[in-house]
Amino acid sequence: MSDDRKRTIEKRPWSITRRAVLASGSAVGALAAFGLKTPAMAQETTPAAPAAFLPRVLVSFAVNGVTQDIDLDPRTSLLDALRETIGLTGTKKGCDHGQCGACTVHVDGRRVASCLTLAAQVADREITTIEGLGDDEALHPMQQAFIDHDALQCGYCTPGQIMAAVACVHEGHAGSEAEIREYMSGNICRCGAYPGIVAAIRNAAQVMEG
Amino acid sequence: MQSFSYARPASLDSAIATFAEGGEGTRLLAGGTTLYDLMKLDVERPERIVDINGLAELSTIDTSGDELVFGALARMSDVAADPRLADEFPALSEALWKAASQQLRNMASLGGNLLQQTRCAYFRHGEPFACNKRSPGSGCSAIEGLNRGHALFGGSDACIATYPGDFAVALIAFDAEVDVAGPDGERTIPVSDLHRQPGDNPEAETVLMPGEIIIRIRVPADAVGRGSTYHKIRDRESYAFAVVSAAAAVRLEAGVVADARLALGGVATVPWRAREAEHSLIGTALTAETARAVGEIAFADAVTREHNAFKVELGANVVRDALLIASGRA
Repeated sequence: MSDDRKRTIEKRPWSITRRAVLASGSAVGALAAFGLKTPAMAQETTPAAPAAFLPRVLVSFAVNGVTQDIDLDPRTSLLDALRETIGLTGTKKGCDHGQCGACTVHVDGRRVASCLTLAAQVADREITTIEGLGDDEALHPMQQAFIDHDALQCGYCTPGQIMAAVACVHEGHAGSEAEIREYMSGNICRCGAYPGIVAAIRNAAQVMEG
Repeated sequence: MQSFSYARPASLDSAIATFAEGGEGTRLLAGGTTLYDLMKLDVERPERIVDINGLAELSTIDTSGDELVFGALARMSDVAADPRLADEFPALSEALWKAASQQLRNMASLGGNLLQQTRCAYFRHGEPFACNKRSPGSGCSAIEGLNRGHALFGGSDACIATYPGDFAVALIAFDAEVDVAGPDGERTIPVSDLHRQPGDNPEAETVLMPGEIIIRIRVPADAVGRGSTYHKIRDRESYAFAVVSAAAAVRLEAGVVADARLALGGVATVPWRAREAEHSLIGTALTAETARAVGEIAFADAVTREHNAFKVELGANVVRDALLIASGRA
């Protein structure tokens, strides 16, 4: 990833959140819940006390190794946080209902649909997007295999296909064409590039496991 | 999407207290694959969300004992991959990995999966269509509408929406139970009693009381599990809801059926146990003909609609094939 794409969103004054937290009377529990812990806070948290309901959330998570601290409306999906707030537009919005796979990213190494994940849910987690897969020197073997096998036409589903495919190999679900087709069924390609996608995954799996 | 306020408790006790404090208009968020989807459609309009994903105590999977025990927050993909489950309860494992996509299975919790809401298009897509489940008293557009996917069993004049899940169907075949916790403590509910048939008030989908949280699922580790399958027929080969599915299990003694379990998915308003069909199997030797006869018994009382009558013939064949697969493993 190049330096100009590495950026940490400027920490906004958290006055809105703080006001809400103070109004709720449970600032410690609320902050602890969002991964903003201090040793003193951790000790003061009462396990059985209700957690505060907050109209805004202050969330910290890592995206491609860079910590992001963002203040957001709790309705915000991880997909929208990545694209609209953090500015990483490689992850695509297709159906926005978890049906097409275009928004696939990794959370702690597991593939998920970022459109059906609240950004608030991934506090303290590590997110990997298509931008974080390769580096300046080389593409990830899966990216290279998609090029080599002509595994796309329009390319809109491709970032999601590649993120799903990398996870598919890591899970051990790329052992045969049939297994690849089953475990890649959550990624729809309206151009119908499936033969190339399957071939690319078979090839990349050998490189990744070799 | 309606705006909501968000809380993330860090323990079960705190979650119960938070859920109670939120009161009406408060919903639990686990994987979010149903709730967040329906919120985007404005079908679900919670004012407060309690995110329970911080409750690590509910994520355990233990298949080592006389009882399989799954925490309500165990993810579908992790449970599907459990080696003992795949060996000794293939129907449970298959019901999980044949559902949704790996992305969604990585997100979706078992507890949330049990409570998955119907895919009825009239429920999901709002006005101008009537739906008693979404908007009580408004009527049912499906009964005289496009009802290819709708229920043959357990429907009422108010609602024929199909329960869409797979795992609950497999669970009821093995007499599984859920433990729930709420402000008044814990109680246990058979999975077969968890869902309500629609009757006159289809908006009440389960017997859970306000403030109750599913905390674990328990399945007796019965020997009948080994000879089992979850046979799921879909409009496409993968990543689709069941048109018809059958969880079937048999235990054979001297070549005849000594124990049989049969539950149906994709055809009823709730996970549907076919007990009469099960009983007809005891003492018989399974062949394609006898298995098909069992399928006909299972679908004998089907109430068909304009577009879903094909499921009677299809269903009898699905039961036949499921029983033959199961007996091949017994």
